Amino acid sequence: MRLGKAALLGAAIAAAGLTVAASAQAQNEQFIPGLVYRTGAYAPNGIPFANGVADYYALVNERDGGINGVKILYEECDTGYATDRGVECYERLKNKGPTGAAYFNPLSTGITFALTEKAPVDKIPIISMGYGRSESRDGSVFQWNFPLLGTYWSAADIIMQHIGLKEGGFDKLKGKKIALVYHDSPYGKEPIALLEERAKMHGFEFMPLPVTHPGVEQKATWLQIRQKRPDYVLLWGWGIMNSTAIKEAVAVGFPREKIFGVWWSGAEPDVRPAEGGAKGYQAAMLQHGSGQFGVHAELKKYLYDKGKGVAKWEETDEVLYNRGLVNAMLGVESIRTAMKKYGNKPMTGEQVRWGIEHLDLSAARLKELGFDGMLQPLKVTCSDHEGTRAGRIQQWDGKKWVVVSDWYQSDDKVIKPMVDAAAKKYAAEKKLPVRDCSKES
Amino acid sequence: MLYREAGQFKTDYAADQQIFPILQDRIFVFGVIAAAFAIVPAIASEYLYTEILIPFLILSLAAIGLNILVGYCGQVSLGTGGFMAVGAYAAYNLWLRVPEANNLVVVFLFGGLMAAAVGILFGLPSLRIKGFYLAVATLASQFFLDWLFARVKWLTNYTPSGSVAVGDLHVFGWRIDGPADRYLLILGMVVVATIVAKNLVRGHIGRSWMAIRDMDIAAEIIGFRPLRTKLLAFAVSSFFIGVAGAMWGFLRLGSWEPLAFDINRSFQILFMVIIGGLGSLVGSFMGAAFIVLTPVLLNQLPGWLGVNMSTAMISHLEFMVFGAMIVFFLIVEPHGLARLWAVAKEKLRLWPFPH
Repeated sequence: MRLGKAALLGAAIAAAGLTVAASAQAQNEQFIPGLVYRTGAYAPNGIPFANGVADYYALVNERDGGINGVKILYEECDTGYATDRGVECYERLKNKGPTGAAYFNPLSTGITFALTEKAPVDKIPIISMGYGRSESRDGSVFQWNFPLLGTYWSAADIIMQHIGLKEGGFDKLKGKKIALVYHDSPYGKEPIALLEERAKMHGFEFMPLPVTHPGVEQKATWLQIRQKRPDYVLLWGWGIMNSTAIKEAVAVGFPREKIFGVWWSGAEPDVRPAEGGAKGYQAAMLQHGSGQFGVHAELKKYLYDKGKGVAKWEETDEVLYNRGLVNAMLGVESIRTAMKKYGNKPMTGEQVRWGIEHLDLSAARLKELGFDGMLQPLKVTCSDHEGTRAGRIQQWDGKKWVVVSDWYQSDDKVIKPMVDAAAKKYAAEKKLPVRDCSKES
Repeated sequence: MLYREAGQFKTDYAADQQIFPILQDRIFVFGVIAAAFAIVPAIASEYLYTEILIPFLILSLAAIGLNILVGYCGQVSLGTGGFMAVGAYAAYNLWLRVPEANNLVVVFLFGGLMAAAVGILFGLPSLRIKGFYLAVATLASQFFLDWLFARVKWLTNYTPSGSVAVGDLHVFGWRIDGPADRYLLILGMVVVATIVAKNLVRGHIGRSWMAIRDMDIAAEIIGFRPLRTKLLAFAVSSFFIGVAGAMWGFLRLGSWEPLAFDINRSFQILFMVIIGGLGSLVGSFMGAAFIVLTPVLLNQLPGWLGVNMSTAMISHLEFMVFGAMIVFFLIVEPHGLARLWAVAKEKLRLWPFPH
C-alpha cells in the first residue's frame, strides 16, 4: 500500500511539473533542436561538437539578443549515435517551440538517412554539414536535405586529388593499390562509389576493408593491409575507430604519412590517444581547421569571461568545437536569410528551408561574423545544396594540426553525373516528384 | 468481488474451450482491442504513434515469435535480428521488383515466408545440439545474415551506402501515409497474428512443442517426431519474426541499413521474452512494453519534472535506472511480468476478503 501511495504522489508531482513547463513557454522564440551524443562509443567526438553548437547559439542570444530580436531556444537530445534513438529524439522535438523545429542536424549519416524520409512530410529541413547522403546535394529531388560544405564524394575526391598531385599526376596512379578502411555503416560506405569510379578512370586497384561498429577490433583489417601492402590507406572512421586504426597502423608498421582520413577522422580525439604514433597522419579538412579566429574573441567576451561557456576555454580551438560553431552559424544565418523574406518572427521549417536554399555568405559577411580564415564564401542554390566543394589537407605534427596543402575543389566532372544518376534513381524508386530548378527564383 | 467466475456455467464444449473462459477476461481483452482500434486514433498524438505504439506493437510481434521458439519449444535462439532482416529485405525486394505486389499484406507475408524458410535452414542444427550450444549456432546465423545483407549488393539494389528506402505504400488500395494509417495496419496484423499464435500454442501443435521443451526424449517416445516439431517451431517463429522485421523496416523506419537488425536487436527481443515471461503471449506484450517504453520514459522524466539536468547526465541516469529495474524485476519475479500479472489476477479473485 505504501508503494501505491508513493506512486500516486510521484504521478501528481509529474503532472504538476508538466503544467509548469508548459506555461513557461514564450512566444517570440525560435526553437532549434540538437541531436547530440554526449554518451556512448562516439562521445569523445560528439561532446566537442555539441559544445561548439551550444556555445554559438548562446553567443547569439547574449550578444545580439537572438536572431534579429528572436531569441534562440535550444534543446539537446542524446542519440548515442543510434538511428532509432535519433528518430525518437526527432519525433520528440520536431513540434516544440512556437513554430516547431527550425531544422535538424542529425550528426550521423544513419540518422540522416532515416530523417530524409520524414523531412518532406513534416516540412523540416535537414542540415547534414559534411555528411549524409552524397546525392542529396541535388535539390531538385532532395528538397529538404542540405549537405552543406561538402559530401563524402567531395571529401574522397579531394583526398584523391591530393594523392594524385603528390604522385605527380593521376596517370601515375596506374597499378597502385589504395585501400579504404571504413566504418561499416552508411557513413563509411558513402565514398566507395566515388573511389570505384576514380579507380576505373585511373587504373588503380581499390580495396574496401570494412570495420564493424564501434571499431575497437581492427587487428584482422590491418593484418590484411600488412599482407597486401597498399600504397595508400584512406580512413573513414568515427570516434574510437580512428585512434584504434592509427594505433594498429603503428603496430603493423604502416607509414602514417600514407594514411589519409576524412574530415571526421581528423580531429584531436582521433590522434591524441595514439600519442607519438599519429605523427605524420593526414586528414581532409571540412574547410576549417583548428585554432582560434574572430568568433572566439566574441565567445570569450560574452560567454567564457562570464563563466557561461559549456566547454573549457583551452578546448575551444579544437577542430570539432570549431565545426560545431560553423554548423550553428550556418543554421543561424539561414534563419536570418529567411527572415529577410518573411519578417523578424520565429520561422517555420518551411520558411527556414527557403532560407537555407538562398543562403549566400560572402567573404565580407564571413569576416563580419568572425569566420574568416575558417570558411570560404558559399552560395546555396536549388540545384546545388552543397554550397561549396572546397577542402584542404592537414597533417598532425605530434602536437597540433598543420595545414599542408592548398585549396582543392572536388571535380564536378566526375561527381555531377554520379549525383544525377543516384538522385534520379532515388526519385524513381520512391516515385517522387522532381522540381525544375531553372524555374526557381 | 468484480473478478470472479462464480455463476458462469459452461454447457457445451465450445464454451469450455474458448480462449478466455472467464467473462471478465473477455470483456477486458475485447475492451482493450476496441479501445486500441477506436479510441486511440481519436486521441493519439504523432509522437505517441511513431515512438511508443508502433515500436511497441512491432516488437511485441517479434517477441511473440521468439517466445514460440524459446518459451514454448525450448530452443534458445540468438538469431532474431537476422530473421527480422530476412523479412525486411525479402519484403523490400518483392516491393521493389514486382510492382504488381504493392500491397503491404502480400509484401509482409512474403517477408515472413522467406524468414520461415531461412529459419528452417538454421533450425536444422537444433536436431543435434541443445541449450547454450544451440544459442551459439543461432548466433552464427545472426552474423551470417548481417554479412549477407551488408555484402550482397543485389539485395540492397546497389545503393551506394547499403541503405534502402521505401515509399508509396498501399494495402488493398488504401494508401498508408500518416502515422495513424501505419498504426492501424500494424495493430490489425498484430491482433490477427496473436490470435493465430494463441490457437497454435493451445492446440495439439503447441502441446507437441511443450512436450519437446519439457523432455525431448520422452516426447519422442510418446510419438512426437522431433524433426518435424522442432523445425515447425523454427518456421512459425521465424515467420512471425520476419513479418515483424518487414513491418519494422517499412512502417517504423522507412529507410534502413543492416545495422537496424544487428545482434543488439536479437538481445533486445530475447530480453523482452525473458522479462515478459517465457511461454506466455501476454508476457511478450509486457516484455516489449517494458523494454521499449522504460528508456524513453526515463529519458524524458527529468524534463517533465522540470529538473534541469545536462543531456549526458540524463543518459547516464537512464542506463543506470533501467539496468537496476531489470535486476529488480528478475529478483522479484524470475518467471517474468506475466507471472506477476497472473498473481495479481489470483489475488483479485479473493479481494476484498483474502484469507
